[in-house]
Amino acid sequence: MTEKALNMPAVAAKKKHRTWTVPQIILGLFIFIFSMICLLPFVNILALSLSSKSAILRGAVSFWPVEFETTAYSVLFNDSSMIRSLFFTIGITVVYTLFSMILTILLAYPLTKKRLRGRKAFNLLALFTMYFSGGTIPIFLNIVELGLVDTPWALILPGMLSTYNMIILKSFFTSLPNELEEAAIIDGANDFQVLLKVYIPLSLASLATLTLFYAVGKWNSFQDALYYIRTKKEFQPLQLKLYNAIQSATRGAEISAQEGMGAQELSTKTSESIRPATIIFSTLPILVVYPFVQRYFVAGVTIGAVKG
Amino acid sequence: MTVNAAKPAKKKIHWFRRDWRLYVMLILPVAFYLIFCYKPMAGIMLAFQKYNPVVGMWGSKFIGMKNFEDVMKLADFKPALVNTLWLNLLGLIAGFPVPIVLAIMLNELKAIKFKKVSQTLLYLPHFLSWIIIGGMVLQIFAPRTGVINALLMKWGWIDKSIPFLTDGPHWQGTYTFIGVWQSMGWGTILYLSAITGINMELFEAAKIDGANKMQQIWHVTLPGIRSTIAVLLILNIGQMMNISFDRPFILKNAQVRDYCDVLSTFVYRIGIEKAQYARATAIGLFQSLVGLVLISSANFTIKRLGEEGIW
Repeated sequence: MTEKALNMPAVAAKKKHRTWTVPQIILGLFIFIFSMICLLPFVNILALSLSSKSAILRGAVSFWPVEFETTAYSVLFNDSSMIRSLFFTIGITVVYTLFSMILTILLAYPLTKKRLRGRKAFNLLALFTMYFSGGTIPIFLNIVELGLVDTPWALILPGMLSTYNMIILKSFFTSLPNELEEAAIIDGANDFQVLLKVYIPLSLASLATLTLFYAVGKWNSFQDALYYIRTKKEFQPLQLKLYNAIQSATRGAEISAQEGMGAQELSTKTSESIRPATIIFSTLPILVVYPFVQRYFVAGVTIGAVKG
Repeated sequence: MTVNAAKPAKKKIHWFRRDWRLYVMLILPVAFYLIFCYKPMAGIMLAFQKYNPVVGMWGSKFIGMKNFEDVMKLADFKPALVNTLWLNLLGLIAGFPVPIVLAIMLNELKAIKFKKVSQTLLYLPHFLSWIIIGGMVLQIFAPRTGVINALLMKWGWIDKSIPFLTDGPHWQGTYTFIGVWQSMGWGTILYLSAITGINMELFEAAKIDGANKMQQIWHVTLPGIRSTIAVLLILNIGQMMNISFDRPFILKNAQVRDYCDVLSTFVYRIGIEKAQYARATAIGLFQSLVGLVLISSANFTIKRLGEEGIW
């Protein structure tokens, strides 16, 4: 390595020597393997979704499509219930995220004001819910009593406010200098105006982080849909549709296992590339946005850990 | 006397007049907590009642601990409890050290671009729902057509496909592996930020004393992130009784029924599917109380060992 480097032009050799020493190469190799373990499953699923049924059943598809076809996607895009579910999920996510952000800001801001009477009590009211909850069934019965079952509100209202996210925002608000508020008050601003015109414009990066936390959480949530959307098919979010698609395939496999059928016979019951295509379809929105917003998430985790 | 009484009254108007807008802001969040968090807590009394859906929980009869006794007698309860603890323990043993090792390796890596790209890939699984991951797992670990079995057979490493999802112990291994896979990258973030917080002079001093890279990691980096490790360990132990719903629910199948039923899926089955609300509530309460005991004792132990703890 060193000898080889010496023969290279001076600048390149110097740089090469500094970054890629033998221990660094071994380290990089380990990290590379870990990264591939995270990436390759997606590549496999993508390849499966673009391969023919017979190729999948032969077990011939690994990381590149075999006998390329896009039938699965055209089936998927012609399934109007799937497209409707996609838009419904987007709608739910947008409304939920908006409500969540409003509530989070409205709670975090007053709690940063030391002059507020009863601040400790309000704080405790919020924090206690992090350590103790009613439990699955009482929460379920509460939603039933409120008449939210089989309405989109069952997916929006119950989890609107995350105490954890509120703490992140609170610690950010606290880090802003007090003088900003004092100056605004001297200029005649009231609390609403201070919040809207001083605090919110200064916290856009933090607010973006929390918006993403809420949006991804809602996009991925499944349990609430399973519990609360009992009969109304039009209110099934994507995750529930995906679950049903996976489940029907698995049930097929179980029946065949019990009846002693081979994989070949089972195949006729479920079309093999539809399932991977559905997975890609419901992951795509996240995969597209993810590389651009990832740094906001990382910032949020770090703030929450240091100050929460 | 009258003077004294008048003074606080005047002051009272003063703070409310000054801050009423802040209280207006608090109305919606407080209403949220009362309706969606505190109201269900009253529902815990279901655990001690013979629930009658006609009169609801405010009219149902109290029957003491009978629900708890009934639950203990259910044939499915003990396996669900044992599986919950076992799967959580496996997850802790296999999953807890990985982000620490990975964070230290990432921290030592000098190629910035390569590091950034790797981190992006490593964080990715954290952003996917368990339903999506479950779907991928069923595909990838499938007996004959799944890519893992297919490749291993093609290379001649195995003759018979490995029953990743259809044999009990294998299923538990797969379940654990996927958990590690999903959280290892994301778990590094906290450790990486803790490592960044270590005083650089300590590394310089260690170098001057002739410490090599491994010795620096052992004597400076690891002690530097010790309190982060302690806090995360407490939080993990506090969660031993709780198991997420989505992951076991999507991965379970009939062939491994005795290995994959856990408390969360058990509560779903008897509470939601069979509508035995009182019994399911009793299990939930049992879980919360054990959870509180676990987290308190873990916190106590860690404090005894000289770390900061979480309260």
